[in-house]
Amino acid sequence: MKAGVVVFPGSNCDHDCYHILKHVMGVETVFLWHKDTDLQGVDLVVLPGGFSYGDYLRCGAIAKFSPIVSKIVDFANQGGHVLGICNGFQVLTETGLLPGALMKNRDLKFICKYSNLRVDNSDTPYSRMYAAGEVVNVPVAHMDGNYFIDADGLAKLEDQNQIVFRYSDGNGECNDTTNLNGSVNNIAGIVNEQGNVLGMMPHPERCAEGVMETRDGYFLFESIVKSIGGAA
Amino acid sequence: MKVKVFVRLKDTVLDPQGQTILSSINRMGYDFASEVRMGKFFEFEVNDKSCEQDLAKIADELLSNPVIEEYSIEFVD
Repeated sequence: MKAGVVVFPGSNCDHDCYHILKHVMGVETVFLWHKDTDLQGVDLVVLPGGFSYGDYLRCGAIAKFSPIVSKIVDFANQGGHVLGICNGFQVLTETGLLPGALMKNRDLKFICKYSNLRVDNSDTPYSRMYAAGEVVNVPVAHMDGNYFIDADGLAKLEDQNQIVFRYSDGNGECNDTTNLNGSVNNIAGIVNEQGNVLGMMPHPERCAEGVMETRDGYFLFESIVKSIGGAA
Repeated sequence: MKVKVFVRLKDTVLDPQGQTILSSINRMGYDFASEVRMGKFFEFEVNDKSCEQDLAKIADELLSNPVIEEYSIEFVD
């Protein structure tokens, strides 16, 4: 397996993702520069967190037209695995690879803290090492994480079990109090219909090794490695 | 001539920034407004109106996000 981490001007979680994939998971990993059009034969593309192109216009709006992203759209449409974290999730909704949009947090504040997430779908390449209904503790750090989708789109996500993570309390309760940013139905992460593209606002790469406060994000990367095929 | 493109949130989408601005207006002592919606405004310098279709495409694909926003285009002589 080979992974590629995209680097936009303004990406700031690219090295974290690279570190976890390469040094913790033992996966051959390369950086993919935003002006490049060669995906270098990777099996997994990671769109990392940060502020691509300074978040000018809208988060992810400029990245949508970058040379590398047009190749990533083709890659995803052919079944390639794409993981978008935080700003990467915003890029995925802007390109239309994932439905919906990410708006300013309900309370108009940047939220930076650990959050409980309930794993609602453990049958994806990104979540198979979790148990369905399991509660994990993963940091969030965003200003625009308030997931919005219209009623029809939401019904489709729910019916097709595309919601992978929801903001919850420690017992897995999801309600308005545990909804930290105002997202519809507490949505923190979703997959596309085919299940090969995941977008999530929380940062699994910030809690994926022993030195960190939790190791709950490790299992997301382990799921990917087991799904795509062992370490290099 | 100038073209103005206005991008605003759809009526069905909550606008917490607009609500916060309205509370500040209320705190200034004005109570004539019942709602404030915030949007974005772009101004283009162009030769004539022949760009209208292209502008609509640009507004649709770049300036606005059709999931949450709508736009209008206004030519000014």
